[in-house]
Amino acid sequence: MIEIELIPLIILVPLLWASLAFIAGPAHGWKLALGGSTLQLVLAWRLAAEVGGGADRVHVPGGWEAPLGIALSADGLAAVMLLLAQGVALPLAFYARAYFARHPEGAHTFWPLTGFLLAAMNALFLSADIFNLYVTLELVGLAAVGLVASGGAGSVAAALRYLLATLLGSGSYLLGVALLYGAYGTVTLPELASQVTEASPPVAMLAAGLMLAGMAVKTALFPFHFWLPPAHGGAPSPVSALLSALVIKASFYLAARLWLALFLPLATPSWGQVIGVLGAAAIFWGSFMALRQARLKMLIAYSTVAQVGYLFLFFPLATHTEPAAAQSALQGVTLQALAHGLAKAAMFAAAGAVILSTGHDRIMQLGGITAHMPVTVFTLAIAGVSLMGLPPSAGFLAKWLLIDSAIVSGQWWWIVVMIAGGLLTAAYVFKVLRHAFLRAEQSEVYKPLPRLVEWPGFLLAVASLALGLRAAELLNVLGTP
Amino acid sequence: MTPGLLFALTGIALFSSGVAGLILQTHLLRKIIAFNVMGSGAFLVLVGLAQRSGEPDPVSQAMVLTGIVVSIAATALALALARRLLNLTGEMRFPAEGQDD
Amino acid sequence: MTRGTGRFRKMLVSVGCASLAGAAVFAVMALPEPAVRLAGPVEANMDRSGVTHPVTAVLLNFRGYDTLLEIAVLLLALLGVAAAGGSEKIGLRRLPSAPHAFLQSLTRLMAPLMVLAAGYLLWAGSHRPGGAFQAAAVLAAGIVLLFLAGLLPERLQSDRLLRVGMVAGFLVFLAVAAFPLAGGALLQYPVPLAGALILLIESGLTISLALILSGLFLRLPDEFEEEEE
Repeated sequence: MIEIELIPLIILVPLLWASLAFIAGPAHGWKLALGGSTLQLVLAWRLAAEVGGGADRVHVPGGWEAPLGIALSADGLAAVMLLLAQGVALPLAFYARAYFARHPEGAHTFWPLTGFLLAAMNALFLSADIFNLYVTLELVGLAAVGLVASGGAGSVAAALRYLLATLLGSGSYLLGVALLYGAYGTVTLPELASQVTEASPPVAMLAAGLMLAGMAVKTALFPFHFWLPPAHGGAPSPVSALLSALVIKASFYLAARLWLALFLPLATPSWGQVIGVLGAAAIFWGSFMALRQARLKMLIAYSTVAQVGYLFLFFPLATHTEPAAAQSALQGVTLQALAHGLAKAAMFAAAGAVILSTGHDRIMQLGGITAHMPVTVFTLAIAGVSLMGLPPSAGFLAKWLLIDSAIVSGQWWWIVVMIAGGLLTAAYVFKVLRHAFLRAEQSEVYKPLPRLVEWPGFLLAVASLALGLRAAELLNVLGTP
Repeated sequence: MTPGLLFALTGIALFSSGVAGLILQTHLLRKIIAFNVMGSGAFLVLVGLAQRSGEPDPVSQAMVLTGIVVSIAATALALALARRLLNLTGEMRFPAEGQDD
Repeated sequence: MTRGTGRFRKMLVSVGCASLAGAAVFAVMALPEPAVRLAGPVEANMDRSGVTHPVTAVLLNFRGYDTLLEIAVLLLALLGVAAAGGSEKIGLRRLPSAPHAFLQSLTRLMAPLMVLAAGYLLWAGSHRPGGAFQAAAVLAAGIVLLFLAGLLPERLQSDRLLRVGMVAGFLVFLAVAAFPLAGGALLQYPVPLAGALILLIESGLTISLALILSGLFLRLPDEFEEEEE
């Protein structure tokens, strides 16, 4: 049995097919993408199986042990995030193939950009070196901006806003890296972790603040969320799905990873509360703005702003609280990332289907789609169930774990926030569904849709529901922090 | 006050002015230049702080080389987008916030 | 970032950045000596690295994985520029005006010298500051100059050829990186071959990066065209 090095392969495979897709052009790019993504999913599955239950895997490029070389490592959290990335990417690849066949704008750069995006995300999840993480962050950011820009003349301003915001975030992160390297002489996470204690010089706290602030900007945490709605709402639908489901999770993952691996000794509960308040503000503001949108894709984009808020509740719940509370918080947030990733990808896929069929996505004129594209409406409904946090979806389980963590740590006010958030989510989900079930207007024309446009989204939505039933295995892989 | 430390302090000043410029300037080219100033500041801190005791450090120099290349890539993309926006709107500024399109 | 340029906002940002600077200065001045000095381990491993210059050794051997990703970043930027431009071609566009005769003569003189300089920089990288990026930058400048003087050969303007050229260096790097996976780790060059492999990677990169860098410059959306192809 050949010992396959899973960690480097899962990064090299997408790099390879992305480069080949660049040469081959869109006519063949999709074949490379589908083959490559399938292989990546298999690799991620294998890795999750090996890592599950606490057996971390390490890979040392060049054979140079850290701190001289770069450290790559896969623990439970990394394995789960890899599964999310490949698991969402594969159905979206099928969807994108069908979407661009109808609506070719943006197709000629989509496949190589997506390949590089996946390679970058995989590299980010597996890296344990803070400078290497900077390079992967930039890779993710530039790929995402490129994807937004491929949407044509209407997305150029949104892409540039996104680019400048993401550069501000990674620049801030880089200064943090510079300070840490100057203070401790190494960029390897485990080594840094052993050196950062409560008695660290002020430089460490400053670096922590800079790096986390940078990640907050990149994850569009309130009040840095201004760039997200135009970028996610205005991009072609396959791109919006990738951005909301995956890219946003990468910078959040890094924030959580840095917090857990490095900055916990420096953190005070009050800082955790401050971040939690911003998360709560995101939930309320995002949901409120979602309700006010006239276009479906903008509603879904603001919903992302809101759901990101739930992710940041991790910080107050896991900072210097009981181990049981911290464990539940990590599990809840990871499950939320997965559930949201699947559900949001499904929703954007459905919105894209609506646009392909009717030519627009105005919510007020959604009436009649139930008769003409029932699969799409089902997708929206099921994804909405997960977003709202209704049982038995993964979204429900995620919020349950977070509420459990809040109870154990005695921070009952977050429970109020989460329940209110759930109600607001229900409000905008039902707004969409209500219009979808109305009768069609006379003037609407519905072009028939090929199956590959509707079913990948449906599959993703069902997955976010089914994940709730099989979450125990996933949490097993995650292990204990 | 070693030369390394002086570089690092200059880098801090550049970084802060770059951030302020990136946020406050409205002309797109100035925003992009501010981003470059910010990046250069971070690089100066990286190299200066690592070499503040006088000994040269190849690792931080290599990291800055990598960072410069990444900066070029980002700047090129930003310039391309800004030029396209200029073609479309006739101005090197972000269009005023209008929500519906 | 255009939410009103009110004076309050300006003050808030300025004060914020100034305090950031102040905090950083304070933090930096209070630093003790660092715990790990990487110059030592670098020096100790130089004879196994295949080159004699420490920065090149770090860039292409000890931290070669960073360099691999960095090339991907440049390729990505080119893709993004192409996506932003809205057209399907990666290739070069027409000159806006006829080139000046003086420019042409000067370019005919300079271009061979630039190629020579690039070759020297590439070779020098193993034992002094230099290497693939520097050589590629000079070569890219040469390509831009040739284009502006209208002297770029037609053959270089084929879309497919340009794409292959831009990616080839990266693919060579990927191949060299992946090859050792059979028996060891990513990018683990066998010690006797290390120098040769690094030169191979750098040569490929020089050509590809030169094409990418000049492509980044020459593909910027032009002021007077919109969807011309």
